[in-house]
Amino acid sequence: MLTYILRRVLQAIPVFFGTTFLIYFMVFAMPGDPIAGLFGDKTPNPAVADALRAQFNLDQPFIMQYLLYMKDFFTGNLGVTFSGQQVSDVLARAFPVTLKLVLMAVVLEFILSVVIGLISGLRKGKFFDNISLVVALVLSSVPVFVAMFVAQYFVGIKWGLAPVTVGADTTWGAMFLPAAVIALTVYVTGMRLMRGSVIESRQADYVRTAYAKGLTHKRIVPVHIARNSLIPVITNTAASFGALIAGTTVTEGIFNIPGIGQVLYQAITQSEVPTVVTFVTILTVIYVIVNILVDLLYAVLDPRIRYV
Amino acid sequence: MSDSPVTAIDMNQETDVLVHDSHNVDPNKPLVEIRDLAIGFTTQGGVVEALKGVSFDIFPGETVAIVGESGSGKSTTAHGIINLLPENGKITGGSVKFEGKDLATAKKADLYKVRGRDIGFVPQDPMSNLNPVWSVGFQVREAVKANGLATNKKDVNARAIEVLKEAGLADAERRMAQYPHQFSGGMRQRVLIGIGLAANPKLLIADEPTSALDVTVQRVILDHLEALTRERNTALLLITHDLGLAAERATKLIVMYQGKIVEAGPSLKILQSPQHPYTKRLIASAPSLASQRISGTHVDHVGGKEAGIDVADLAAKHERAKADQAATPVVEVKDLTKIYSIRKGNFKSEPLRAVDNISFRIPKGRTLALVGESGSGKTTAAKMVLGLEKPTSGDIFLDGTNLAGASRSELFKVRRKMQPVFQDPYGSLDPQRSIGAIISEPLKVHKVGDSASREARIKELLEQVSLPTAVAKRYPNELSGGQRQRVAIARALALKPEIVVLDEAVSALDVLVQAQILQLLADLQSELDLTYLFITHDLAVVRVVADEIAVMEQGKIVESGTADDIFSNAQTEYTQKLLEAIPGAGIEWGDVE
Repeated sequence: MLTYILRRVLQAIPVFFGTTFLIYFMVFAMPGDPIAGLFGDKTPNPAVADALRAQFNLDQPFIMQYLLYMKDFFTGNLGVTFSGQQVSDVLARAFPVTLKLVLMAVVLEFILSVVIGLISGLRKGKFFDNISLVVALVLSSVPVFVAMFVAQYFVGIKWGLAPVTVGADTTWGAMFLPAAVIALTVYVTGMRLMRGSVIESRQADYVRTAYAKGLTHKRIVPVHIARNSLIPVITNTAASFGALIAGTTVTEGIFNIPGIGQVLYQAITQSEVPTVVTFVTILTVIYVIVNILVDLLYAVLDPRIRYV
Repeated sequence: MSDSPVTAIDMNQETDVLVHDSHNVDPNKPLVEIRDLAIGFTTQGGVVEALKGVSFDIFPGETVAIVGESGSGKSTTAHGIINLLPENGKITGGSVKFEGKDLATAKKADLYKVRGRDIGFVPQDPMSNLNPVWSVGFQVREAVKANGLATNKKDVNARAIEVLKEAGLADAERRMAQYPHQFSGGMRQRVLIGIGLAANPKLLIADEPTSALDVTVQRVILDHLEALTRERNTALLLITHDLGLAAERATKLIVMYQGKIVEAGPSLKILQSPQHPYTKRLIASAPSLASQRISGTHVDHVGGKEAGIDVADLAAKHERAKADQAATPVVEVKDLTKIYSIRKGNFKSEPLRAVDNISFRIPKGRTLALVGESGSGKTTAAKMVLGLEKPTSGDIFLDGTNLAGASRSELFKVRRKMQPVFQDPYGSLDPQRSIGAIISEPLKVHKVGDSASREARIKELLEQVSLPTAVAKRYPNELSGGQRQRVAIARALALKPEIVVLDEAVSALDVLVQAQILQLLADLQSELDLTYLFITHDLAVVRVVADEIAVMEQGKIVESGTADDIFSNAQTEYTQKLLEAIPGAGIEWGDVE
């Protein structure tokens, strides 16, 4: 077990360097001079421009820039944004907001997947199953931004049930609406996975044996059917966790949430290399950790899986 | 024949003397009365009647066996009694009276009370009938709690351990926390038997409880089951496809065919003087120790004999046997060894000698049977002969060519001469391809002929295995198990091989189909002068196919010789144990020729 975790962590090291290098290179290769961009329409004073270049290491060759960045990264200096803020401060402000939003969305997604998938699977081909399929298809075909505007209009403006935008008030309650909309647009995959594995395990021999033992339907459904169907749903949820953290830009834009999506968007448009790379690196690390945790969770869910 | 209920009062009286009755019941009143039971399955083509007018009784403490081939309705009857049919199945008529209550029309809540508590159930496949994600202890405790045998945690646990111990799991305390995958098949079946008997039910339904197990394990488990049910005066309904086993274990026998009872009565009487033609056929096809080697002659078919012998043929065989001794063997295996390393964690591993220094030779046109329990290494040996697994050391000669040192292209050529037929006719044919495509694939791979000549060869092969040529356009799922196995044989023969490796090729088939396939194999052998390497755990089958036998135990060949020698004069204890374990070995079978 410990060997397994150690191996997985060691495997994460090349992933870490690979992604940071690639991201650094891509941002570097973007067309345009970031310093010139900073001054907008004005032509900068050459001396000021040079000073700025030196400050952000932009006068160094690419590989040196990367190595200097890495050195700073490991000594705890995440750099400064073009506007003079510490990247670590920006991160500390934006990151918890996004994490809160995505966590809420993922929990909602998981609940929707498991509950609706379970009922659909148990009532395969019946009314509930058909309705849930139609609803799921409709929800998953609507583009996210459309769903968000619709939610803002009805829930926020017409019915006044939730704040239309989030702004500075990043409490759980204020972010429930965007999280729910995200969950509703992504739960379909998990729901269908759950439904499929419920249908399969419902017909399993051990379920029949459980009935023969004298157990009731009430006990068999959660203990022998739902429990055995969870693995694919959990994999899917974990994968969507990573994708959602990286993909909240649109949601954060529409609901005006001060999370990493917004920061990242601005940093990319301004070619702020340190900001972009730091954020993406943190995302990568989270992604890797979540995946290791999920793999370890498998062993809890299915004792046949062993780590050696 | 009798669709009417069978009474076996005379049988009961014998057993009554021996048992102390733990269930306060009247031994002369039937425990279960089944009358005109009909069960239908809803399919795309409408409702299919799987069971038609089945009636029989089970008396307290009595052992009744239902025998029949797959699809005969024997398992459906078993599941019907406790109303555990698949979702598309439904009781369409008749009644199942258990102690006077009709279970066919009972409410769900009443059924919950009967299941487990009054009627225990032991399912067929120990591999799939325990939930893989819960510990064995959890699953036993669950049964104990559901049937109200104990309520507080400590008592439940104590009772669960007791249940497992009674079922023959000696170190039950230690094994409670383990998961099903850490148990062997035999151990799992003990757990399932323990669960079935946990609440001390009045009736135990055992649906093919040992068909997935080795013969020796089978014997131990059945002995144990018999002892437990006798001790508690539990009635036992045993579902099996094995006539010998049924006759050995049950006082009363019910023979089912196509959803109906065709014959019922005391076991020995049915075995020795069967009345219904189907029962007669079943008895004639069941291979047993008393059977003879099937000879491949077409004359036999005319007389309608499936497994006859004639003197002229025997004489010819003796001639051949003499000639063989001089001939060079087609297959020769020398000091073959396969070592797997098993991971032990902490970067350590332990060597497992799956095949340990074995040697054998098969002369042309003969059959060598490699016999042993599961885990004895017989399949690994076959895989190495087929070149599907690389030997750790040792040599395999095919027609004098050594496979061990052969290059890829040489191996490719050798494969033409040697073809496999595998155990599972459902798993070994690609469901997405037509039968014609399956059979002709080896021809394509080895670039034999053009498409017209391949077409002709497909026809020829289908005729050889006695299938209609129209089958070529159909798909595996449209064929029965026996037909599929014929297709697998046709595919093996496509390249006109000299050697066919048959890995448990008839184990998954019903006795009647098994007899047909064995006859087909014998015919093909004499017609095409094929050499067979026959891998099996079933000694009764070996009796009818093998010229020579090699018995394997833990990777080693412990005994080998001609079939007659081994069967009449087994030297090692292990072989004797295998022979004794064959169900029905000690019973005198009726002569139905």
